[in-house]
Amino acid sequence: MLRFVLRRLALMVPVLVGLSILLFAWVRALPGDPARSLLGEKATPEGIARVRELYGFDEPLLTQYFLYVKALLSGDFGDSIKTGQPVVESFFDRFPATLELGITALMIAVVVGVPLGYLAARHQGSPIDTAVVSTSLLGVVTPVFFLAILLKLVFADWLGWLPTTGRQDARINATHITDFYVLDGILTREWDAAWDAVLHLVLPALALATIPLAIIVRITRASVAEVVNEDYVRTAESKGLSSAVISRRHILRNALLPVVTTIGLQAGLLFSGAVLTETVFAFNGVGQYLFDAIGSRDYPVLQGYILFIAIIYALINLAVDVSYGVIDPRVRVS
Amino acid sequence: MNTRFKRGRALGTAALISAALVLSGCAESEREGGGGGDGEATGGTLVFAGAAEPVTLDPFFAQDGESFRVNRQIFEGLVGTKPGTADPAPLLAKSWETSEDGLTYDFTLETGVKFQDGTDFNAEAVCFNFDRWYNMPESAQSDALTYYYQKLFRGFATGEKADAAIYDSCTAEGEDKVTIKIKEPFAGFIPAMSLPAFSMQSPTALEKFQDDSKADPRTTEYSTGNPVGTGPFVFESWERGKQVTLSANDDYWGEKAKIDEIAFVAIADPKARATALENGEIDGFDLVGPADIQPLEDAGFQIVNRDAFNILYLGMNQKTKPLDDIRVRQAIAHAINKDEVVSASLPEGTPVATQFMPELVNGWTDEVPTYDFDPEKAKQLLAEAGAEGATIEFNYPTDVSRPYMPSPEDTFNVIRSQLEAVGLKVKPVADRWDPDYLDKIAGSANHGIHLLGWTGDYNDSDNFVGVFFGAENPEWGFKNEEIFSAVTEARGIPTAEEQTPFYEDLNVQIMEFLPGVPIAHPVPSLAFAPGVEGFQQSPVNDEVFNTVTIEE
Repeated sequence: MLRFVLRRLALMVPVLVGLSILLFAWVRALPGDPARSLLGEKATPEGIARVRELYGFDEPLLTQYFLYVKALLSGDFGDSIKTGQPVVESFFDRFPATLELGITALMIAVVVGVPLGYLAARHQGSPIDTAVVSTSLLGVVTPVFFLAILLKLVFADWLGWLPTTGRQDARINATHITDFYVLDGILTREWDAAWDAVLHLVLPALALATIPLAIIVRITRASVAEVVNEDYVRTAESKGLSSAVISRRHILRNALLPVVTTIGLQAGLLFSGAVLTETVFAFNGVGQYLFDAIGSRDYPVLQGYILFIAIIYALINLAVDVSYGVIDPRVRVS
Repeated sequence: MNTRFKRGRALGTAALISAALVLSGCAESEREGGGGGDGEATGGTLVFAGAAEPVTLDPFFAQDGESFRVNRQIFEGLVGTKPGTADPAPLLAKSWETSEDGLTYDFTLETGVKFQDGTDFNAEAVCFNFDRWYNMPESAQSDALTYYYQKLFRGFATGEKADAAIYDSCTAEGEDKVTIKIKEPFAGFIPAMSLPAFSMQSPTALEKFQDDSKADPRTTEYSTGNPVGTGPFVFESWERGKQVTLSANDDYWGEKAKIDEIAFVAIADPKARATALENGEIDGFDLVGPADIQPLEDAGFQIVNRDAFNILYLGMNQKTKPLDDIRVRQAIAHAINKDEVVSASLPEGTPVATQFMPELVNGWTDEVPTYDFDPEKAKQLLAEAGAEGATIEFNYPTDVSRPYMPSPEDTFNVIRSQLEAVGLKVKPVADRWDPDYLDKIAGSANHGIHLLGWTGDYNDSDNFVGVFFGAENPEWGFKNEEIFSAVTEARGIPTAEEQTPFYEDLNVQIMEFLPGVPIAHPVPSLAFAPGVEGFQQSPVNDEVFNTVTIEE
């Protein structure tokens, strides 16, 4: 197992090198000039030239790439052009927000999605099944940003039930230990702060959860539907095992493999959903910062953030592969 | 102070999330008062939303409005502005005198003022600041970091522009007298000193925490966590991505703040800011979208209009035919019904423009030629120029809201139909504002007529017409030596009073040449919750929250 993990980690190196080249090229292929974006209406030709010089944009591309890689190897991801904040620092300032949002969304998707999919599969053709299948289809095709705006419009703008922006009310002087605001509120017993953070999480997490939820429902349904028709399930039934044991030990466990793969993939995809959700709810996570950086062509931020996200994505996939062995001994790697 | 989105309903929502039920009992708990104020303060925390986070809390390196807003609460300069105007007024300097040749400024300072860290504010501290600015290392000498200093003082002690630098010296005489000498007269010097960039900062704190030679001095220990000025609010914390919190300065030398704390948050979307206000999440915000003004007023919120200190214009690139023909430019000017543009796409109360500066600015004159809305005359002029039915490229930005241009798409649509009504064919070219649009308009000749504008930084005529027409510029595509030299001449006159006739003439000259059509001076609006009182608007955003109160 350790060898497998190490080999997979080693494989990440060429992937990341390739990605750094692609990213570097892609970011510079974007139309527009970060220097002009930075100076706005006040830009003069000399001003722009000076900024370009300061950030090394006047060097040949190849030189720029090697300087970038050299800095990367010494752990320097550069500073944001727009704010001057080091890229790594800004990422980890905002990552807890995105992680809190992502975990909540994924929890909603799994906790609701797996039982729903199971239920639908066990009652194939029933009205429950039809309702679940058609609702999940709607969930898959609804774009995240649309749903985010809709949820905000209904629950925040019209009904006024929930807050619309940010992660916590600005008037609350909460203590932050982990920067996961809900957890912090619980750890410090500042219940007010925790509750406020929960309220702020509800809408963005629901918006972000919808697509993974719908996909998990559909995959679980399909997978369970296939397993229930297997011979070993019929054998178990004829042996007179209780239906709870059959469900847990024979159906769910076997049906879970594709579901876990899907959860892993969806966890990675949550980042792209987070860019939109965070922007709509001014959630101030990694996604919103990345969105702003695209607008201002903030090269170091774009390069750094996407590289970090790629690493995280690769690690999640690795975790999924490892978890196969736990769920299904047949694919356990030696 | 309580969170004002409706708590009872919030409880109802709890049913939506079973996971949160564990905590639901806590929702009833009383929220603490914001900051625990005492004394004569009305207390409480004011939450104010801007469009973005500040970039830095060292005002010298700041050039965005959001940084200026926060810095203005912590810091003060020698010169302020008269409330509600752009005119200079005493602040840390009680008075000043300008020598006849415009090269020497004698300031008399307020006495007994201390920086928030206890350091004395005196003549020596002033010179420390002026000398710090002048001796900036070369790594900080870019427009991205020190735009305002370079604009005013044109260079530093070292670096490629050292020869152009006009700063000469700062001499302290006793505790409260300072003499600043410059090498070339500059009439905008005193009003420019009211910019937050020229705020006085604590020499002790700067020496301890600031490092100007850091690759990016906007993010030092000082500028992200230890800014110290003489202002009515003291820095408390900056939680990146969440908020900047300031608390009232109990030892402030002037009118002490009435609220305990102020929290600045960032909400990029104007509509989202309006919703957050309606929901009670914030107490006020800047840059209200024109479409939100009426609904907010109807719902009982207060709208505060700033006096406009900006200009929205339709630029005409003379490198593109037939815009090089003055008759075509005149025809376009006559085709535009500015009142309709204002009523259809700009905030209520916006005055239409007759020239490239607002009325508050020195040199504004009613002598300029005006081009009244007259479609028939426009058609006739086009016929004379042989340009009937000519196709004109019309550039406008998308995904942006500037103070002078809150909804460019709407403005574009109105003007477009007006131009089409006189027989011109309009070819719309839309680009994203950031950064494509400016790149194309200001950096290339590849555009026709376009929407753009400018917000003035301080009361100086050169800060408007000098910026637009001081030299050949791809945005306008013309070379008119007469205008260029008139700008240079006016710029070199030592006092604003003496400058007046020159700028008046210049404005007439520009409007005869008609490089573009000045459209309007859109009024930027702020919105506040019903209980917020005492906010004093400033056309140049010199807005300090020490006079503000909030009702519990």
